[in-house]
Amino acid sequence: MQKTAFGALLAATTALSPLAATAQTEIQFWHAFTGRLGELVAEQVATFNESQSEYSVNATHKGNYSETLNAGIAAFRAGEQPHILMVFEVGTATMMGAEGAIKPVYEVMEEANADFDPDAYIGSVKGYYTTTDGQMLSLPFNSSTPVLWVNRDALEGAGIDPDTDLSTWQNVDGVLDQLAEAGNDCPMTTAWQSWIHLENLSAYHDVPFATKENGFAGLDTELAFNGPVQVQHIAQMGEWAKEGKFIYAGRRNEGGANFRAGECALFTESSAGYAGIKAEANFDFDVRPLPYWDGVDGAPQNTIIGGASLWVMEGHEPAEYEAAAAFLNFLSSPEIQAKWHQDTGYLPITKAAGELTREQGFYQENPGTDVAVKQMTAKAPTANSKGLRLGSFDQIRGIIDEELEAVWSGDKDAQAALDSAVERGNQLLRRFERASN
Amino acid sequence: MEKRVTFKGWLLPLCLIAPQVFISAVFFFYPAGQAVWQSLFIPDPFGLSSQFVGLENFEYLLGDPYYRASFVTTAIFSTLVTLAAMIPALFLAVMADRLVKSARVYRTLLIWPYAVAPAVAGVLWLFMFNTRVGVIAWYLGQLGYDWNHVLNEGEAMGLVVVASAWGRISYNFLFFFAALQAVPRSIIEAAAIDGARFWRRFFTIVLPLLSPITFFLLVVNIVYAFFETFGVIHTITSGGPQQATTILVYKVFSDGFVGQDLGSSAAQSVILLLLVGLLTVLQFKYIEKRVHY
Amino acid sequence: MATEITGMVEKRGMGLWLTHVAMIVGVLVIFFPIWLAFVASTVSQPEIVRPPMPVWPGDQFIENYTAALFSGVNVPVAVMLGNSLIMAVGIAVGKIIISLLSAFAIVYFRFPGRNFFFWLIFITLMLPVEVRIVPTYEVIAGFGMLNSYSGLIFPLIASATATFLFRQFFLTVPDELAEAARVDGARPMRFFWDILLPMSRTNIAALFVILFIYGWNQYLWPLLITTDPSMNTIVMGIKQMFPSGDDVADWPVIMATSILAMIPPVVVVISMQKLFIRGLVDSEK
Repeated sequence: MQKTAFGALLAATTALSPLAATAQTEIQFWHAFTGRLGELVAEQVATFNESQSEYSVNATHKGNYSETLNAGIAAFRAGEQPHILMVFEVGTATMMGAEGAIKPVYEVMEEANADFDPDAYIGSVKGYYTTTDGQMLSLPFNSSTPVLWVNRDALEGAGIDPDTDLSTWQNVDGVLDQLAEAGNDCPMTTAWQSWIHLENLSAYHDVPFATKENGFAGLDTELAFNGPVQVQHIAQMGEWAKEGKFIYAGRRNEGGANFRAGECALFTESSAGYAGIKAEANFDFDVRPLPYWDGVDGAPQNTIIGGASLWVMEGHEPAEYEAAAAFLNFLSSPEIQAKWHQDTGYLPITKAAGELTREQGFYQENPGTDVAVKQMTAKAPTANSKGLRLGSFDQIRGIIDEELEAVWSGDKDAQAALDSAVERGNQLLRRFERASN
Repeated sequence: MEKRVTFKGWLLPLCLIAPQVFISAVFFFYPAGQAVWQSLFIPDPFGLSSQFVGLENFEYLLGDPYYRASFVTTAIFSTLVTLAAMIPALFLAVMADRLVKSARVYRTLLIWPYAVAPAVAGVLWLFMFNTRVGVIAWYLGQLGYDWNHVLNEGEAMGLVVVASAWGRISYNFLFFFAALQAVPRSIIEAAAIDGARFWRRFFTIVLPLLSPITFFLLVVNIVYAFFETFGVIHTITSGGPQQATTILVYKVFSDGFVGQDLGSSAAQSVILLLLVGLLTVLQFKYIEKRVHY
Repeated sequence: MATEITGMVEKRGMGLWLTHVAMIVGVLVIFFPIWLAFVASTVSQPEIVRPPMPVWPGDQFIENYTAALFSGVNVPVAVMLGNSLIMAVGIAVGKIIISLLSAFAIVYFRFPGRNFFFWLIFITLMLPVEVRIVPTYEVIAGFGMLNSYSGLIFPLIASATATFLFRQFFLTVPDELAEAARVDGARPMRFFWDILLPMSRTNIAALFVILFIYGWNQYLWPLLITTDPSMNTIVMGIKQMFPSGDDVADWPVIMATSILAMIPPVVVVISMQKLFIRGLVDSEK
């Protein structure tokens, strides 16, 4: 923030006109990024502030995702809301339901007469944040999708060809057997189990996670992830857990520490894990597309995203919305997006940024970094693979975590656990539906 | 508990108590009242619309077997945290009291955990016990013990109890030690002469003298275990595995602050308030009878 | 284990050694996590992330602490330390003053509504800030106290811990003292100043420590109500170093900052310790 303030100061003084300085429209941007990502955001903001003299963005870190969302909500209730608020993907339905608190991005762009082409964005990235008729509600900021990370040294150590085909779960099953036989005590682990092994699994196999187009088409949606594809997958994972082939490390990305330390051979985790794995792994690693079940109709479809998007909040001046539009447009520009994508492992949000990255030779120098992009864009998203729009989704994920843990520990079978998760989650959806009416 | 000797007048005491009552009213009762009022609604988080539902939030909660189960979890957790925070603290304070000169080094080291922000303490314990890679989990693994608090409910409970009680040991130690220092030396010396064994003497003579502070710490620690441990639980287990460490206030926190279900969260706060209010009244009415002032 | 010890005031021989052993074991167990944090702040990241991490300090002390002091935070560490200090002292002093007064009123007077006020105050022991955080935020915003020290301090003074402690202590003060004061015709406030306050200094010192640390360690409240980086506190600074999502934590620097943030509270404890030791020992109440 010091950098930002300094940038603004620099912009104001180099303009050398007090008038220009006072006429500058300042807007507030609250985000959840710290550490390396926080520095990258600060850099984007400083670049924007220096690139023009009309607007100035003041970025503030407001804690982790849920703290940032709560800060935004509390501020809105007190009339102190920022112009732009970062909200994680599970908060999407909450934000959408808050008509009167948010101003859809397409509207902001329209009113500012900004040069805004929704088709420039990658369909499966923006799909998560657009209405069924294609209007963008919030700007995707950091989006990632799950992939399979492979410790090549561990495979070799177990006498397995590190280039072996891992595109299907059937193949993975064989490799896990070999790893276990070779005495590897952590053949596979995962991060974000609900996101990867239920939400993405469903999209990837083109089966619904919830009814009503996964909630896009109405608040009266019901969970549907207890279908045969999901049950079969979770049952198989439960089997692996029992045999010591799948090691459960925690609800978030605790498994990452195990994988980066070289303890685990395979790891299903977000593509955004790239920077961390690259920094800490002292073994040869590889990134592969998320496996699918061979034989399921339509698989592999496309995977869905996780991450956060930027929402514009209601209750500000037109000039400030112009500033917000200019900033969001700036963030969408190919150069900024390409740099962000390359620096972080998050997906580029526009097609142009992806192409620019390819032209710059990044994918050639860093093999595997385009796996996630390909996996997202191979097919046009269907109603089952656009994304999820479910109220109280954070709590539903909590319920799913609990029920999956019951499967991993052998307390429940997959069908019973998923049935129970669906039933408990539906109660929350009904409550959310009533709150939003 | 009443004082026999008191001063006269009513204006002065009202003036004396006014600042605290004012601050409590503005910054506690009004906001808490708002939260309680919300328990009768299913509101949207931004305060844009809300639906009056009467007692339905309570019905929903009390009809939920998972919620009812978390009462038991809370009772177990709070008891363990209170004991784990108080007993070692008392023991260490007694030891430190015996070592007038060198006690200083020990005391200084013992207070450090309290200087760790709870926001950081959870991370620190997870850092040590992270499955397989945390330093303690790793050494346990070398000894042949497979530490796995993400699936083993007992280990998860143990870990959050220890992580929650840890900083409080320092807190309690500080008070017990101060209180022990205040016990007249003549009482202790008189007891020493008659040759009674140390711990028996401790329990029959010294502990009763410590009862006012013990009562204070008991109440404060129970309140702590009930209300201020959710951050640690959130960091270490998120209430899992399954629901093994989901205590009542963690659910209030996760439903309200993380899940934005304000109606349910508010109703849970009301239930909690009633429960702990009852507990506190019981403590004042019954346990305090045994306190020797 | 200590049944061999034969005198509580005896400070020689076997008993002394056993006491030392017990103390050392206790300190080792309780201090170990801090020790580990310190070790983590003196080694390099790869040493930490590849198990097992060392349990003896490494050679990166200067690098890590320099990084903690000079980089990776929104405002200089000195500013955050200053804000934390003001907030912690404000909370400690404010709470001690209002609690002393109200505990005095509750214990030493009979006045209409006394019971009512007693429970009114004690119920504030419960219900953490997080549960009522949005309405509290609205109150503070309404008073225009966002981004201010008073906004940081006042809502956190509204709790009864200190009042409760003073009540407990006042009840142990022998009645003869108040009786004597009354016979002498001393006014209540005179008794308060001349007798009660000096007698309370151990408890005041203990509470100052507790409340100072309570204020120092606050995280969520300052995070919500300060949008101006120049109002950030040190614990916010630490938390800002924890990565979000799938980024990895820079453990050495996080741990170094955590250790730095512990120093002021520990200094407060050490400087207050003299008061505990003297306390009421000499006065033989």
